[in-house]
Amino acid sequence: MKRAARYIIFYAALFGLWTLLAELKIWPPYLFPTPWGVAEALYTGFQDHTYWIAIRVSMQRVLIGYGISIALGMILGLGVASNKFLEETMGGLLVSLQSLPSICWWPLALLWFGLNQNAILFVVIMGSLLSVTLAMEDGRKQMPKIFSQAGRNLGAKGFKLFWYVLLPASLPFMVSGLKQGWAFAWRSLITAEMLYLSLGLGQVLMMGRDLNDMSAVIAVMFLIIAIGYIVDGIVFKGMERHLQNKWGLTPA
Amino acid sequence: MSTDAQKFPTQFPIPVEPRFPVRPASPGKKISPLSVGRSGRAVSSEVAKVGLSDICLSYHSQSGEQLLALDRINLQVRAGEFVCVVGPSGCGKSTLLHLIAGLHSQTSGQVLVDGKPVQGPGTDRILIFQEHGLFPWLTVGKNVEFGMKMKGVPKAERAEKTRHYLRLVHLTKFENSYIHQLSGGMRQRVAIARALATEPDVLLMDEPFAALDAQTRDLLHDELERIWSESGRTIIFVTHNVREAIRLGDRVVLLTFRPGRVKSELPVELPRPRHLEDPAVARAARQILDQLRDEINRSLEVEYNEGVKPRVEPEVEGRTRV
Repeated sequence: MKRAARYIIFYAALFGLWTLLAELKIWPPYLFPTPWGVAEALYTGFQDHTYWIAIRVSMQRVLIGYGISIALGMILGLGVASNKFLEETMGGLLVSLQSLPSICWWPLALLWFGLNQNAILFVVIMGSLLSVTLAMEDGRKQMPKIFSQAGRNLGAKGFKLFWYVLLPASLPFMVSGLKQGWAFAWRSLITAEMLYLSLGLGQVLMMGRDLNDMSAVIAVMFLIIAIGYIVDGIVFKGMERHLQNKWGLTPA
Repeated sequence: MSTDAQKFPTQFPIPVEPRFPVRPASPGKKISPLSVGRSGRAVSSEVAKVGLSDICLSYHSQSGEQLLALDRINLQVRAGEFVCVVGPSGCGKSTLLHLIAGLHSQTSGQVLVDGKPVQGPGTDRILIFQEHGLFPWLTVGKNVEFGMKMKGVPKAERAEKTRHYLRLVHLTKFENSYIHQLSGGMRQRVAIARALATEPDVLLMDEPFAALDAQTRDLLHDELERIWSESGRTIIFVTHNVREAIRLGDRVVLLTFRPGRVKSELPVELPRPRHLEDPAVARAARQILDQLRDEINRSLEVEYNEGVKPRVEPEVEGRTRV
C-alpha cells in the first residue's frame, strides 16, 4: 500500500510540474506541449490508425531482427564457449565490438542492402547479436557441468544434447543477456527508423518534428517507452518467474 | 542374467585366491577379456561385464606438474555383481566411474564392457551422481523419461515405463513435481528411476547416498538391494563409507590414496539382507578400515596441508570431453 502511495505521489508531482511549466507558457506550446495536448495526439494517432500501423510495422521488424539475433547468437555463443581457440580469438573481438553503437553500421547497411527494410534489420541484428552471443557464452559457462555429463550419460548427443540439455540448463543464466539483447534491438530499430523514413514508430516520431508538432513527438516517445516496458515487464519478467518456479530459485 | 552370475564358477580371474591379507596392486599375468572367445551363451560367464585393464590417468596440477591420479587399475566385474569401491576422498574413485561411463578418457589402459573397449558414453552404463544431476527444468516424470526420449522410444511406451519405474521407487504421486520440490532422498530415488528407465546393464553409482540422513540412507539401501536382486543389473558403487560398502557389496575393492591403486579386493560373504548395524558388518568394516588407515591418514594429512585449497582435485577438470 505504502509503495502504491509513493508511486502516486511521485507521478502526480511529475504531472503537476509538467502542467505548471506548460501553463506558465515560458515556451510556446508547439515547443513545450501540455499533457492534454499529448493525450489528444495519442487519441488522434490511434484514431486514424497511424500509430497502430507504426506499431505493427516496428514490432514486426524488431521480432524478425531479434529472432535472427537469437538464432545466430546461440550458435556463435555456443561455439565461443566450447572452443578454446574461438574463445581466445573471437571472445575479445565480441566484447570490443559491443562498444560500437549499432547505428554505426547504418552507412554500411545502406551500401550493402540499399535503402530498404533489410538495412534496418541488419542494424537491429548488429545491435542485439552481441548481447545474445555473450549471454549464450556466459550461460553455457556458468551452467553446472553435471547437466551436460548427465545428458550425455543418458544418451543425448549433438543437436539433441544442445536442445534438450545445454539450452534449458543455461537459460536461467541467459535471461538477463537476452533481455539486454532485446533492449538493444528495440533501440537500434527506432534509431534506424528515424534515419530511414518508412512507416514504423521512428518515422512517426520524425514526422512530428517535421510538422513542428511536439505533442505528437512526445506521444510517440511514450509509445516507444511503453512497448519497451511492456515487453520487459511481461515477456522477460514472466520468463524469469517461470524459470524460478521450475528451478526452485528464490527471486533475486 | 542373475542366474548366470550366481552359477558363476570360481575360476574367475581376480577375486579367488589370497583374499586376505592385502593383494599386490598390479597382478601379473591374467587372461585378457578380449582374448576370451565369444561363443554361444557361455559369453556372459567368460567375458567380464566390465573390465578395467591397466588404467592410468594423469593430469596437470595448477602448478603445472604432471600428477598421477589412477595407477594401473585392474578390475573385473561379473554380470550381475554388486561391487563397492572404497577409498579415502581424493583417491580417484569417482573418476574411475566417469571413465567407465565414458565421460572422460584415461591416459592409458582400457575400459572394456562386454569385452569391447568403451568409446564415449553409452546408455548401457548409467552413472548416478552424488549430486543427483537431475534436470531442474523438467518434472520428475520427464526426468525419468529423458533417456528413453533420447533413444527414440515411442511416447506411449515411455509413459508406461516411466510409471513403472516411478512405482518401483515409490514416487508415483510425484510424477508432475519439479525436482526442487522433493527431499534429498526422493531426488536420489528419481535419479535411480531415471537410470533404470534407460535399462542399462551396468549402474555406476558415485556416492549416491553420501548427502542423505541416516534413516533415508537405510531405506534406500534396502530399496537398492531389492531393485538389484530383482533386476539382476551389475552395480559398481563408489563410497567412502566402509560399512555401506559391506552392507551392499558382493565384493569390496579398496583404493589407495594418490595415486589411486587397487590395494586389495575382499569378497563379502555375509548372508543378505545385511544391516549396517550387524556386528558381522561392523567386524568386516573394522578389518577394511585397518587396511585403509594409512591411506586415510595420508589423505587427511594432504588435506590439512593444503589448507583452504579446494580438496576436489583437478583430476576431473581438464579431461572432460564435451
